[in-house]
Parts: sequence; structure tokens; C-alpha cells
Amino acid sequence: MARDASAGRQGQVAWRQLRKNRLAMAGGSVVLLLGAVALCAPLLAPYDPAAYDVKQILLAPGPQHWFGTDQLGRDVLSRMLYGARISMAVGFVSVGIAVLLGTLIGTLAGYYGGRVDELLMRFVDLMLNFPRLFLLLTLIALLRPSIWVIMAVIGFTGWMGLARLVRGEILSLREREFVQGARALGAADARIMVKHILPNALVPVLVSATLGVAGAILTESGLSFLGLGVQPPTPSWGNILIDGKANIEIAWWLSAFPGLAILATVLAYNLLGEGLRDALDPRLRQ
Amino acid sequence: MLAYLIRRVLITIPLLLGILCLSFLMLKLAPGEPTIIQQDLQARATGAQRETLRQLYGLDKPIYVQFGRWLWRVVRLDFGRSYSPDGRPVLEKIAERIPITLGLNLLETVIIFSLAVPLGILSATRQYSVFDKATTVFVFVGFATPDFWLALLVMILFGVQLGWLPISGLRSLNFEYLSFGAQVWDLAAHLVLPLLVASVGGLAGLSRYMRGSMLEVIRQDYMRTARAKGLAESVVVYKHGVRNAVLPVVTLLGLMLPGLLGGAVIIETVFAIPGMGQLFYQSAFSRDEPVLMALIVIGASLSLFGNIAADVSYALVDPRIRVAKRREV
Repeated sequence: MARDASAGRQGQVAWRQLRKNRLAMAGGSVVLLLGAVALCAPLLAPYDPAAYDVKQILLAPGPQHWFGTDQLGRDVLSRMLYGARISMAVGFVSVGIAVLLGTLIGTLAGYYGGRVDELLMRFVDLMLNFPRLFLLLTLIALLRPSIWVIMAVIGFTGWMGLARLVRGEILSLREREFVQGARALGAADARIMVKHILPNALVPVLVSATLGVAGAILTESGLSFLGLGVQPPTPSWGNILIDGKANIEIAWWLSAFPGLAILATVLAYNLLGEGLRDALDPRLRQ
Repeated sequence: MLAYLIRRVLITIPLLLGILCLSFLMLKLAPGEPTIIQQDLQARATGAQRETLRQLYGLDKPIYVQFGRWLWRVVRLDFGRSYSPDGRPVLEKIAERIPITLGLNLLETVIIFSLAVPLGILSATRQYSVFDKATTVFVFVGFATPDFWLALLVMILFGVQLGWLPISGLRSLNFEYLSFGAQVWDLAAHLVLPLLVASVGGLAGLSRYMRGSMLEVIRQDYMRTARAKGLAESVVVYKHGVRNAVLPVVTLLGLMLPGLLGGAVIIETVFAIPGMGQLFYQSAFSRDEPVLMALIVIGASLSLFGNIAADVSYALVDPRIRVAKRREV
């Protein structure tokens, strides 16, 4: 009971801190807005994103097509609205995978220490020294790109930082009195880890996950741009940019708008993440 | 120090082996085989011919035998021949591209450091000023800007709309017929846009880091002492402050090495620059395993070497670490 109340108070303090941070609030609003847009894409899109019209090829932005049309006469705005779904989905699922893996490995390494720690952290070192883009490109090229492969590959190559972070937190929590107390009462290792230690290590994980979504969206769009992301005809911000590159001499709007969307999204998540860190970490507050 | 260095190198060897083993497994366990792609190109190839190809490449042997053989050849710096139709030795294919990627990265690093250090110092000494805020905005936007998109934008602006700069390759078609001076000029013009795009992300990160480092130093006691001695503010900042603040930043050089090849993939692909990144991209698509493995070996070694270099340089510039390490070893 007492812990719940203090956790609630902590949350309130953090929320008050966050509200004072105008940049973080702006970032948070954009994040919410983007989420809503992605969810409501079918309602908001003025056209069918896949409907092509040979009479409307490469139209510049105008009242009919706000963001213009592409080389098949498809409406760019509609394609971008549906593309937001892909970006959000890839961002959340891949970060989810990374958080699960990173937390699991970091907790095990930090809690058990010794040989387990040595082994797991060497594996982290190994993964960290794999040139990441090489790993991504090779895996996706070998497995043939699909949205599931992309989510999995981004997640499985992005958990190492989190594992180190969680391990550090666990190491500092492991010997604290409340953990020793739980151990003295005969609680099992798993229970101590999940019930007593992990909740206290959640703040850095949350911050890192928020920043991670930004990173994953950036990575996905980069892969799409290299032709190894979400495959056409499914629209994604990255693969609209491929069309932008193909028509670079005549259709600037194909390049400008999707890139701007990526930039705004990544910026918003980064601002929110930094704001969360400042608000949630009492050590930084003084 | 020497003992520390040796120990550091020794723990790196199993890491490198692990990376090699993992990447080899990854290539071998993935569905399909390179001979299938070659066969697709040759519609009349029979099953028997395919079997001959497999034997030729040793693909009929168990994986561990293949790995052992491959590793033994790598130790002797023999990466075999490319699977692509030209069939050239892998090392030769890579060697002709190394100077391009390395040169680009060297220039990029020089640009980043020479801009980021003053930028960081200025925004730290004028914390919360308009300049500092503008730099902070640049940093956040720079972090969030996809490099391939920035590349498209500068190509549209400077290449297509204004027509000032070439947007692909390293040389013009008539390069051979130009005088030496004109050749240098031509090369420089081709380098401007790739370097501009490649530098933005690193510049944002490093200037932020420099600012943080400088802010930390400014609050130190020795800065107050220097001021109390009556030294001029410029001497305090530049002689006592910058010297200490710049050290941790310099050690970052080593940590930038791993990003070198990864960043090259996108920049070289967008700007059609025939470097190692472009080679990797092409090889991943055509599943040219010998080339892929060789590039992974190089990439991973660079990354591991960078880590060692960063640790060692940190120990060199900071006596406290040196002493601690000596006790540890």
C-alpha cells in the first residue's frame, strides 16, 4: 500500500516536471497526433493509397492533391497517411522486442553476476561490434524483406544498449536492503527480480524505449530507401522516397514530404524521450 | 600500460572469432544457396552442373568443415574469389575501393572535428544564449534528419535546381581529358555534397558532446583558481578549460570507427560512389558470400580496433585511469 502511494506521488511529481518542459510537451503532442493519424488513416486519407490514375501522373501539390501525386498518379498524402501506420508499427514492435530481450539479458547478467554475467556481457560486446547496418542488410537480403522480418531484425539487433543499462541498474539495486529483506524472507530469485528489482529499474528502460522508437523509425525508413524495407505496393515513408529519387529532376514533392514526416516523427520522439529522462530521473533534477 | 594493452588485445580475439562464426552461420543457414542464383542466370544449367558448382565452392561439405577451411584461408589473408560473374579475387575488389571510402571518412572526420569543437566551446561558454539555443536546435534537427533524405534535398537544390554541383559519382565523364588542375577541381566538386551530408549527423553528436564536456570543466575548482589568480578570461577558457574538455572528445575518434562502414553504405549508394559501402550493398543483393564475409571481417576488426584505441587513448590522456588499470591488471 505504502509503496503504491509513493509511486503515485512520484508519478505526479514527474508529470508536473514534464508539463513545465515545453519542448517535451510539444514532442508528446506530436507523438499522440501521429498515433491518432496512423490509427485513423482510412478515415483521413482523401484517396485510396493504391488507386493509380494515368491521367494524374506526377502532379505538383495543389488543391486536389495537397502533397501531389507520384509517377503512377497515386495521391502522396494518402500514401503517407498509410505509411505512418508502417512506421509506427515497426517502431513499436521492434522496440518491444529489443526491450524484452535487453531487460531479460541485462537482469540475468546483473542479478546472477559471476560467470553468467561474463558470458552474457561478452555476447553483448560481440553483437555491439557487429557493424549493425551490415548485419541488417545481410539478414534482410537473405531472408527476403517483409514487414515482420524487418521488425524482428531491427529488434534483434537493437537490444544491446538496453541490456547494459538494465544490468547497471540491477547491479546497484541487488545489494540494497529491500532486496536482502526479500531474500531473507525466502523469496525465489525470479520473484525478487520481477517484483522487487525490475520495477525500480523501469525508468531508464522507459526513456530508452522512447528514444528507441525514434531510432527504429529512422532505421526502417533507411532500409526502405535502400529497397530492403517494406516492399511496394505497401506504402512506407522510406519507399516513397525511392520514387522521389527516381523522379528527382521533376518531382521535388515526392522527396520533400515523406522526409519531413520522418524528421518530425523522430524529432518528436527524441524530445519526448529527453523530457521524460529529465522529469523521471531525480538525480538529474537538482 | 603494455600489460593492459596486451590483455585488451587478448580478450578481443575470441570476440572477433565469435563474430566471424556467427556471420558465417548466418550466411549458411539462410534459405537458398548462391549456386541457385547462378543457376537462375543460366536457364540451361542442369542439376549435375549445379552439383559441380557446389563441389567447386566446397558447399557440399558440412558447415564446420566449410568454416574451418574458410577461417584458415582468412588467417592467411586469402578471401577467395567473388561469386559475381567477374570472378575476381575478393581482396583485389575490396582493395581498389578502400582508398575511396577511407579518404571520404578521413575528410569527414576532419570536418566534423574542426567544426564541432569550436561549436561546443562557444555554446558552453555562452550557455542559454541565442547562439547556444540555435546550436541546440541544430543538434536535435541534425539527429532526426535521415541522411538519405538530406542527400536527396541537397541533390535537388544544388544539383538540379541551381545546377552548381554534380550529384553522382566521383568524376565527370570527360575526366581523362582534363588538365591536372581541372581534375582536382572536378573531384572536389563531386565530393562537396557527399561530405556535407555525411558530416551533419556526426557534427550534431560531437558538438553536443563537446558542449557537455566543456560545461563540466567550467564548473571545476581549477577554473575558479585560474580566475582567482587574475588570469584573463580568454586564457582561463582556452588554456585551462578547452585543453581539459577536448581530451574525452578526442578519444571518441576510436568509437567513431565502427560507424565508418555502415554510414558509407547509404552515402555511397545515394551518390553512386564506388566505395566499400556500395560494394557491400551490391554484394548483399547478389549474395556474393566471399565478398560479404570479407567486408564483415574488415568491419568487425575496425570496430574492435576502434574500441581498443578509444580505451588506450583514454588511459593515455587521463593518468587516473592509467593508475587504476595498472592495479586492476
